[in-house]
Amino acid sequence: MPSVMLKKNSEGKLVFYVPKKDLEEVAESVEFDTAEKWGGEVVLADGSKYYFEPIPMPDFPITLRAKRVDSGE
Amino acid sequence: MAALTREETEALIQEVLEIYPEQAKKDRAKHLAVNDQSLEKSNKCITSNRKSLPGVMTIRGCAYAGSKGVVWGPIKDMIHISHGPVGCGQYSRAGRRNYYVGTTGVNTFGTMNFTSDFTEKDIVFGGDKKLAKIITEIEGLFPLHKGISIQSECPIGLIGDDIEAVAKKGNKEINKPVVPVRCEGFRGVSQSLGHHIANDAIRDWVLENRDGDDSFPTTPYDVAVIGDYNIGGDAWASRTLLEEMGLRVVAQWSGDGTIAEIEKTPKVKLNLIHCYRSMNYIARHMEEKYKIPWIEYNFFGPTKIAESLRRIASHFDDTIKAGAERVIARYEAEYQAVIDKYKPRLQGKRVMLYIGGLRPRHVIGAYEDLGMEVVGTGYEFGHNDDYDRTIQEMGNSTLLYDDVTGYEFEEFVKRVQPDLIGSGIKEKYIFQKMGVPFRQMHSWDYSGPYHGYDGFAIFARDMDMTINNPCWKQVKAPWKTDASSEAVKAAA
Repeated sequence: MPSVMLKKNSEGKLVFYVPKKDLEEVAESVEFDTAEKWGGEVVLADGSKYYFEPIPMPDFPITLRAKRVDSGE
Repeated sequence: MAALTREETEALIQEVLEIYPEQAKKDRAKHLAVNDQSLEKSNKCITSNRKSLPGVMTIRGCAYAGSKGVVWGPIKDMIHISHGPVGCGQYSRAGRRNYYVGTTGVNTFGTMNFTSDFTEKDIVFGGDKKLAKIITEIEGLFPLHKGISIQSECPIGLIGDDIEAVAKKGNKEINKPVVPVRCEGFRGVSQSLGHHIANDAIRDWVLENRDGDDSFPTTPYDVAVIGDYNIGGDAWASRTLLEEMGLRVVAQWSGDGTIAEIEKTPKVKLNLIHCYRSMNYIARHMEEKYKIPWIEYNFFGPTKIAESLRRIASHFDDTIKAGAERVIARYEAEYQAVIDKYKPRLQGKRVMLYIGGLRPRHVIGAYEDLGMEVVGTGYEFGHNDDYDRTIQEMGNSTLLYDDVTGYEFEEFVKRVQPDLIGSGIKEKYIFQKMGVPFRQMHSWDYSGPYHGYDGFAIFARDMDMTINNPCWKQVKAPWKTDASSEAVKAAA
């Protein structure tokens, strides 16, 4: 359950940052991405997958807990 | 000597690794790599931020060095107590040349060493009482100080002193910030964790001090310079450029900085990060809590300066954008003259770097502006994200070495035969005795500043006077002819 810092980059894409692992990666897709419901499975550019409990659209940047779905390696 | 091909570089790494026992070889192999620009992520080629092997000569420092020496030390109007035995503070005192303005011992304390001078008695009975007494004494002797930070040395963590409690009491007593920093040297694998701990201490004990206080008048052009430690005056050379383009620099973190500036930083519009490795933590925190965006910039060499000024300006309105262009145009004749003078003398010279956490990639542009080529680089304490940013800056098939050992570095130099090495004081004399020109790139070899356009002129002059110094022709003993000694030839 890593803490993940999420922010939007200048192109409006979601950037994923895990401080403990120095992992900085752009998210390729977010399962739910509407104002009422945000979260679900997030796929990163390097292929790894994380899961967020769906919540109403948060105000980025924000730190959230994520579950690692698979290693992607 | 011609540049090495990819195969030759790989063979060189294998050759150097040969000397290690099986286990060590396996471990070290992960830290040495040949650069491949097609890779987007460094974790495919290099491992970093891991514990150094026992038995090798590492060049790293400790968490105390990262906190006291790098992040907290330059804050000039605070007194930083090196809490523990006397040596840690005394042997690192003023060595980093973080310049500042002020009267030392009256309202600024940058080059002074304050220590609780632990002895056996303090280890046995605990040092909390002593620490409380020091805080009272400091208040009496140096009434113009603006705060105290307690920088823990190893024994504090080992004996479990409660410096937080002392700090809270001290804070009530003197009514100034007293910040306990748990940066015991044994924490982490290098000074990098010290930076992080120091950032966290600022976050927890200082940054919020002026939340809800709007008495500080702000402008839409407020920025903070973060991660510039004013080595030889670097931050000043950077600050003039930013101010000239119309920005207002509210805070300098932490070279020539004050605690008041740090407390005001949450009011700025944009954080400018120079040393990403040591201060990205606090920038990310401010982004989340105060919604202040941050960007990295690079003030080494005219190409990167122009790029950075434009990138900074893109976050503001047209007056600043015009200001950036004005600044670049104003200095153009100046830096072109520097390039015209030194480029013919330095063209084609090859450089190997091994520095801390930022400069291994940031200075590459400055060398390229002078027509030089960086053929090997590495970080003492960089993390994955640093190498991600390095791969694109470095040429293909160049050497990357993480936490290089004394042996490996020497062997690489013997084989690659660079015209210049940029590294720290511990490496300097080894390579000079081998007859290789050397610049100390941590504190600019007692020169500087190197940032900004003003700094570039000094940088170019320094590189020229080192590489083209006639002394290098005298290193070889006259009775040793070229054929007689392979060893000397390799070292020359």
